[in-house]
Amino acid sequence: MLFRILDKQEFHSLVDLMLESTEVIGPKKIGGAVDGRPIHQYLPLFNFHELDLEYETTEIPAKSYFLPYLENLSTWRFTDDDWSQEIAYRLHPRVILGLHACDINALLKLDKVMTREFFPNPYYISRRKNSFIIGVDHHPCRGGFCRSLGTDTVERGFDLFLTDLGDRYFVAIDSERGFTMLHLVTVRQVTQRDTDDYLAARQEIASGFGPTLELKQLPRVLDLQFDSEVWRRWGAKCLSCGSCAAVCPTCYCYGVSESVAMDFTRGAKVKQLYSCNLPDFAQVAGGHDFRPERETRLRYRYYHQHRGFLEQYDEPKCVGCGRCGRSCLAGINPPEVIGDLLAAEESS
Amino acid sequence: MNYLGIKPVRPRVAIFGFTGCEGCQLQLANGEEDLAEFLSAMRIARFRELSSADEEAYDIALVEGAVTRGDEEERLLEIRDRARVLVALGSCACYGGVPRLKNCFDPVEMNHEVYGCHPRESLPTRSLREIVTVDQEIPGCPVAKVEVERIIQHLIWGLPYRFPAYPVCLECKQRYILCRFEQGELCLGPLTRGGCLATCPRGGLGCWGCRGPAAEPNYGEFIAIARQRGFTLREIKERLSFFGGLEVTP
Ligand code: SF4
Ligand code: SF4
Ligand code: SF4
Ligand code: SF4
Ligand code: SF4
Repeated sequence: MLFRILDKQEFHSLVDLMLESTEVIGPKKIGGAVDGRPIHQYLPLFNFHELDLEYETTEIPAKSYFLPYLENLSTWRFTDDDWSQEIAYRLHPRVILGLHACDINALLKLDKVMTREFFPNPYYISRRKNSFIIGVDHHPCRGGFCRSLGTDTVERGFDLFLTDLGDRYFVAIDSERGFTMLHLVTVRQVTQRDTDDYLAARQEIASGFGPTLELKQLPRVLDLQFDSEVWRRWGAKCLSCGSCAAVCPTCYCYGVSESVAMDFTRGAKVKQLYSCNLPDFAQVAGGHDFRPERETRLRYRYYHQHRGFLEQYDEPKCVGCGRCGRSCLAGINPPEVIGDLLAAEESS
Repeated sequence: MNYLGIKPVRPRVAIFGFTGCEGCQLQLANGEEDLAEFLSAMRIARFRELSSADEEAYDIALVEGAVTRGDEEERLLEIRDRARVLVALGSCACYGGVPRLKNCFDPVEMNHEVYGCHPRESLPTRSLREIVTVDQEIPGCPVAKVEVERIIQHLIWGLPYRFPAYPVCLECKQRYILCRFEQGELCLGPLTRGGCLATCPRGGLGCWGCRGPAAEPNYGEFIAIARQRGFTLREIKERLSFFGGLEVTP
């Protein structure tokens, strides 16, 4: 990895240049909650001042730019005794600016599922390859527990990664195109003072984290506590609304349906992201349902995050961003649910 | 070539309206982009908003509105006899809808309030399924035209239609819509069947439950959540009872 120093003024110029030539998506304040907390989303930017890199988190993760909630996989048409279909992959390059470490780690996890399996997902790959990712360091967000999962820092998966040093950014470069992009503006070599300031900034961020959860034993505890009353207690609260998986940066489950035009000769295959908390998620032909109760569905979501995924990809799927807990009206959140499970195991 | 190998036959469709605002019928006449295709997929036997046809033979009857008069009940029984498929169109037909609110009041006082010293015949409001067998319900106040199209297609193919099992919340997330609870408002979205594309939250209002319950509404937890956020039991129950599709006293 290469490092450079980018003065804030030069960063402003860089964003302006990107805005002139391509779509730029970044954190934008869109309103506030009733408790006064600002609400941000990753949205297309039209000028530099819409960008708010001081944001704490977003409601919806950047996932929606790679795995849209609703996506036309193909459009088709019948003609006489023949048929044709059109499939379009997104090829327009764009910049996604201001992702935090957890969200870039989430993309790395999606990469494993979407690009390295037997059936890679071409829709995802075209979007991923055509998205220029600029990450940014930040102070710990409320409700997040990335540090417990080791996702509070990131070494790959971005083009540039910025750490704020007051009047300048310390830039980590992780791709050739990232390196080339910096040629558009003036950057300078890193001095010893820059390195010292960078390490101090990182140290300050690290010291802002609260206590971490001890998750090493979690996969085993999940198996031991499979029938725990913890699941009944939290499961009884679940509204089966699917918000948690929708806002999760690593949930990728989906269903596909056909949307047919009223003249019955044209239509589209539409993919919709889904959630294992939804009542019909595990229903199969013939009406059998593998997980008819709320509690078994909620449990399943935790098992996929912290056990199933680990078995397949050697790491948990959750990056600890805390979005699922924040968006859950019933207050179901991983630190508390996992805390209860660990406590149940300790006392059994 | 035919979709799924099924040759679409054009059913004869008749549309009727009882007690309601006629907004659901109006929805059928909306959606100009594919209105011509929509109408070509069927033969209109009766649809007073778009056609002067008034035929007594039809395969599918779409019936809008609740039943609040004796003559409406008779007419409904007659429609049931004639139609192969009877569809309740909209929340009034499915649940009683807004007209059902009158059942909460004393009938004589209420009649006087509305008609003054010229009282009119008015029975307690009933949904269609309280009177006849309904083959298909299309809830919504008003119905969503896209959903009506999907359901008519399924009737034409002879395939069962599956409503979304999920509640409105998922459609908020899909559309980047901020949760009304975050704005300090009450919203029935977590209980209510999705499929309206979160129309009300998208417009800045909480959901009123016009589409009836999602597959597994969790009333107990919902009421606990709403009370924790400062809404009174009375407010919550009033909201739950508004369209008549949700359980009010779980
Ligand atoms: S855990 Fe919360 S967000 Fe997820 S489905 Fe249940 S109620 Fe909805
Ligand atoms: S499970 Fe929750 S905390 Fe973990 S990555 Fe998903 S949304 Fe974030
Ligand atoms: S199974 Fe559940 S937890 Fe796993 S990816 Fe799908 S929605 Fe997310
Ligand atoms: S606005 Fe209503 S429907 Fe939308 S997420 Fe919030 S509670 Fe659910
Ligand atoms: S948000 Fe609720 S009240 Fe509004 S249209 Fe949808 S189901 Fe009906």
